[in-house]
Amino acid sequence: MSEPTVTEKPEKPEIPAIRLEHITKRFGEVVANDDVNLTVYHGQILSILGENGSGKTTLMNMISGIYFPDHGKIYVDGQEVVIRSPKDAFQCKIGMIHQHFKLVDIFTATENIVLGLNEKGRFSLRRAAERVREISAKYGFELDPNKKIYEMSVSEKQTVEIIKVLYRGADILILDEPTAVLTPQETQKLFAVLRNMRDSGKAIIIITHKLHEVLSLSDQVTVLCKGKNAGTVQTAETNEEQLTEMMVGRKVTLNIDRSEPVNPVDRLMVQGISCKNREGTELLHDISFTARSGEILGIAGIAGSGQRELLEAIAGLQHVDGQILYHNPKTDQIDDLRDKTPVQIRELGVRLSFVPEDRLGMGLVGNMDIVDNVMLRSYRKGKSIFLERKAPKSLAEKIIRDLEVVTPSAATPVRRLSGGNVQKVLVGREIAASPTVLMAAYPVRGLDINASFTIYHLLNEQKEHGTAVIFVGEDLDVLLELSDRIMVISSGRIAGIVDARTATKEQIGLMMTKNTKVQTQEGGAADAG
Amino acid sequence: MPADAKQARTAKEPLFHIAKRDHIAWWKAWLIRVSAIVLALVFSGIISYLLTKENPLSIYATMFDGAFGTERRIWNLSQSLAMLLCVSVAVTPAFKMRFWNIGAEGQVLVGGLATAACMILIGDKLPSWLLLLVMVIASIAAGALWAVIPAFFRANWQTNETLFTLMMNYIAIQLVSFFVYKWSVPKGSGQVGLINRSTKVGWLPKIGDQEYLLNILIVLAITLIMFIYLKYSKHGYEISVVGESENTARYIGIPVKKVIIRTMLISGAVCGIAGFLLVSGTDHTISRDTAGGRGFTAIMVSWLAKFNPIFMVLTSFLLVFLDKGASQVSTKFGLNKSFSDIITGIIIFFIIGCEFFIQYRVQFREKEGKTK
Repeated sequence: MSEPTVTEKPEKPEIPAIRLEHITKRFGEVVANDDVNLTVYHGQILSILGENGSGKTTLMNMISGIYFPDHGKIYVDGQEVVIRSPKDAFQCKIGMIHQHFKLVDIFTATENIVLGLNEKGRFSLRRAAERVREISAKYGFELDPNKKIYEMSVSEKQTVEIIKVLYRGADILILDEPTAVLTPQETQKLFAVLRNMRDSGKAIIIITHKLHEVLSLSDQVTVLCKGKNAGTVQTAETNEEQLTEMMVGRKVTLNIDRSEPVNPVDRLMVQGISCKNREGTELLHDISFTARSGEILGIAGIAGSGQRELLEAIAGLQHVDGQILYHNPKTDQIDDLRDKTPVQIRELGVRLSFVPEDRLGMGLVGNMDIVDNVMLRSYRKGKSIFLERKAPKSLAEKIIRDLEVVTPSAATPVRRLSGGNVQKVLVGREIAASPTVLMAAYPVRGLDINASFTIYHLLNEQKEHGTAVIFVGEDLDVLLELSDRIMVISSGRIAGIVDARTATKEQIGLMMTKNTKVQTQEGGAADAG
Repeated sequence: MPADAKQARTAKEPLFHIAKRDHIAWWKAWLIRVSAIVLALVFSGIISYLLTKENPLSIYATMFDGAFGTERRIWNLSQSLAMLLCVSVAVTPAFKMRFWNIGAEGQVLVGGLATAACMILIGDKLPSWLLLLVMVIASIAAGALWAVIPAFFRANWQTNETLFTLMMNYIAIQLVSFFVYKWSVPKGSGQVGLINRSTKVGWLPKIGDQEYLLNILIVLAITLIMFIYLKYSKHGYEISVVGESENTARYIGIPVKKVIIRTMLISGAVCGIAGFLLVSGTDHTISRDTAGGRGFTAIMVSWLAKFNPIFMVLTSFLLVFLDKGASQVSTKFGLNKSFSDIITGIIIFFIIGCEFFIQYRVQFREKEGKTK
């Protein structure tokens, strides 16, 4: 890099807002970041793209003071800095918006924003609220400073998080997968705001998996591959294929082959189920649908609209009213699964597999090795009081081989595996039971492209074997490509069931917010970058 | 690099930072443990010299002597080890299930109380083999009952098992006090004394002329069985799953309530056996101090051994050795019990503390080379 000089042109200043040089970070044997360089200028949006475990979040955590690099230098506005804690990061005007919000539910937006700030002079909540309003107006946020967090939608909470770092004077913003929880309309709004911030001279770094978002939002893309720089490209000069290739290191086909359902039979008839939580709030209201064999039924909806309760009700983990009828292909009998325990369901001969949303907290046991986790479904078999580990061991090895699970051995605790490999173990186990009904909740959440496509292919394979697949997803593009029918739920009610071959993303996005009080604006600015 | 000298002003790395280890070679882990013990000995040597002006080496020699000095001391040590090991093995399934059973003290006591009651009340009515059988069953039942009450409430109403089991201890202690008064010999002395001193009815038989050998063998058998139960049985597997994640257990259809109650039954039953061994095989009497704090020490033994019953032989040996050795030091040098507690405390601190260095790695700032 040449001697830094300030040029006249404000849109392309020569001193980068932040520059990383030769950053290396190891965790034990694992090299999370290896000699990574990165540069962002003021008035620029940089996307960081990379597969899972490629070290994106680790890199950002080093900028925001959560980790400390083993080697390398960080420059802010041309000055070398040492960031030891999030406090140091704020002093360097760096603010990170994490994937999981860190807000106090019973406080208002303003209270959360000023929380932990120790400003000089007399504290006035009213003045703080005034400043929050100013910031909102400046960048085009919509936020009521006096609204309590628990009354907010996910996108409002995210707004609070963003304003929180702006309030602290951040000039460099880092957003870790900000769109993962948003509807298409909310995403458009967020992007509009981010563009406003860029235009006012902020440097923005955004971590995302979604290629089309990278292309529509950012000015530059830095791709990480296995902890190393795979290159930096101008967004205008690249396309999805090139980015994927850089990210994965080889060509990947991004097509999901959707076959026509063969000979579909009604397998699972859900009729009028409803349930309430302990406080008496209705979580599910009169849900009725049918899942057919050889078909993928997608379920779309804002996170927390009752998807979890619905799947758990079918799996026998949640008490509901109504009927859940299962048509047994072997005996041709129809059984009601409602209020049966998972064991009773299995004893009825129902081959129901369930890939829950919470992989390590529900589907698997993090501290147990792969063999013991594979054994969860089958350990009861046989009359012996002792465990039989031989068959599970060979099944574990088969899963590792067939699904290309990256692990030192079958005796490695699953919590040590990366997200994608954890999911492969879980899906592998659930599929091994050759299910007639397969439910998967957010099966690709947090997974990289390669792992995601492995999962899509596995779901498709199950469909072709005649399994009734129920797929709860968040990425509408994928839902539209993969499913045969899509059921949209909103606030625990069915907003509609559409044919995935003809439906559009906007149509589904609108249905998702049908019964909620959250306002949605149509047709946000959708200009491509 | 055209770096301005002024820029280096803020550029100062922290002196060291701490990183979690992924994996550590077994020999490194043991090296850390051994050096921790050496450091502990050096450190407590300095402390003892400063406090007592005695030669630290002679203090350690005395400790060793206190533990292994005579054949009798070795048997005593083994007996104390066995008793501590028994209670530690008993609490392990509960802790593995993340059920904070701190009521082992009470469970041991009621087990002992049941044993004593059999010896006193029906000692002369049954043939001795049948009496022993009844005593074993009674102690198991009493210990299991004491453990299952908190388990039942926890399983059904999510009550806090820590407080509940703790409170059960006090009930057990008061219950024992009551019966000790009732059975005291002579009346009103507040001591039961050796039960069936002359007839030795209900005393655990000797093997050869070794008073404690049967005790020790029973405990070793229990330890081995528990190891196998936890590692290779379906029940043991269910305990691990419930302990790691109740949600996963529910998802997979493990009856969580049943597992909690069953596991506490087992935990309490083994505590009951410990009570039986203490009363019938060791003390031949009952008092409020029969359990002697083992119910609490056992928790430490179990955790230090990472819930592996075989390792518990080592960890309980360590604690018993320190205890025996330190009390010998107190006697020989005319120091009170507090001094030996200080030594024990220092050594345990180092041993537990070294686990930190096994889990984590401390990285110091690298010296900057001038050729950059």
